[in-house]
Amino acid sequence: MTPQDYEYLRRLLKDHSGLDLSADKQYLIESRLLPLLREFDVPGISELVRKMKAGSPSLIAQVVEAMTTNETFFFRDKVPFDNFRDVIMPEVLKARGARKSIRIWCAAGSTGQEPYSLALCLKEMSASLAGWRVEIIATDLSREVLEKSKAGIYNQFEVQRGLPSQLLVKYFKQTGELWQISPDIRAMVQHRQLNLLHDFSQLGVFDVIFCRNVLIYFDQDTKINTFGRLADAMESGGFLVLGAAETVVGLTNAFKPFPNKRGLYQPSAVRVSAELPREKFTAMAGR
Amino acid sequence: MRTCLVVDDSSVIRKIARRILEGLDFQIIEAEDGLQALEACKRAMPEAVLLDWNMPVMDGYEFLGNLRRMPGGDMPKVVFCTTENGIDHISRALHAGANEYIMKPFDKEIVATKFQEVGLIAPAEPSLV
Repeated sequence: MTPQDYEYLRRLLKDHSGLDLSADKQYLIESRLLPLLREFDVPGISELVRKMKAGSPSLIAQVVEAMTTNETFFFRDKVPFDNFRDVIMPEVLKARGARKSIRIWCAAGSTGQEPYSLALCLKEMSASLAGWRVEIIATDLSREVLEKSKAGIYNQFEVQRGLPSQLLVKYFKQTGELWQISPDIRAMVQHRQLNLLHDFSQLGVFDVIFCRNVLIYFDQDTKINTFGRLADAMESGGFLVLGAAETVVGLTNAFKPFPNKRGLYQPSAVRVSAELPREKFTAMAGR
Repeated sequence: MRTCLVVDDSSVIRKIARRILEGLDFQIIEAEDGLQALEACKRAMPEAVLLDWNMPVMDGYEFLGNLRRMPGGDMPKVVFCTTENGIDHISRALHAGANEYIMKPFDKEIVATKFQEVGLIAPAEPSLV
């Protein structure tokens, strides 16, 4: 790949997705675009760039998708999952004590490492969840990625990134060099195909939404619009978890940062939950 | 500077491990088998041990048992690093007091995340892409 090719791809990605590559990410382009080279039967990045410049919107779209697909691994960045266990869940358990049900949405579920990490957290704290109904819904743009997530099968490299060995031996079954997460953990996660740019109100209302490292690829207006719709899909007192480099600050007042916890937000307005029983709703409204 | 004892009968693996761990700010001591490793621990207890399983003289599993019985031997974090990648081996190792387990082949990323896992190094700054 020539410096000109790199510069072209950098600019293109910036314009199409907001993805901002620093000057030294050639390896990332090469590793992410390798499958596309095979698919289009071109020998190298330079030839791919030539094809793109010749004008092929579908090829460009595929390049953008390949580059923006999230790298994912179990318990990625660790802190969000510590927060989930130590901050979010205690609050939600308190708030939903009467209802005893919790709904969690992984808005960029990808190949399953994030939703299954949450499922593993919940499984490990199952003592305090006896009698509760917990739903985890994992959505992703790509059907292919969702299929991998549903299967819950990972290679040796994938299970070693972020997943403690204790959890590996406890919740995975080994078949040769592959590891499959146990059926009861898989059963905790439901999968749906979904584009975040489209209406997602049919998913219902959630106590917790993980939406990490997705919105960074959206332009400002789309971000603001999506934050608004995410707020509509949240219980008051619910939690939104963003990537460490993402923020709502300066973009929307639909969410406010949770004090002293990076990446953790709550819907700001006190909103009446859409799922409250009607009589309760009337009682509150009458007060 | 904290010390990591690298125990492996392959000088190539020791060299790779040394380069990775020096990059994570550890001072490295090398041992070619479990017995040499025990002697090193008697001289000075390291903070971390990166431990192969199959070695001549004394294997990693036997070393781990001996280490955990030594005075102060419960202190070092022990991370296995071995081609033994069966779930039964991993369970045995954890049961015998290993803190983490790396299946070869390994790279810097895996060593770093496992060392974070057991609290030997601070989590890396989250990366975007």
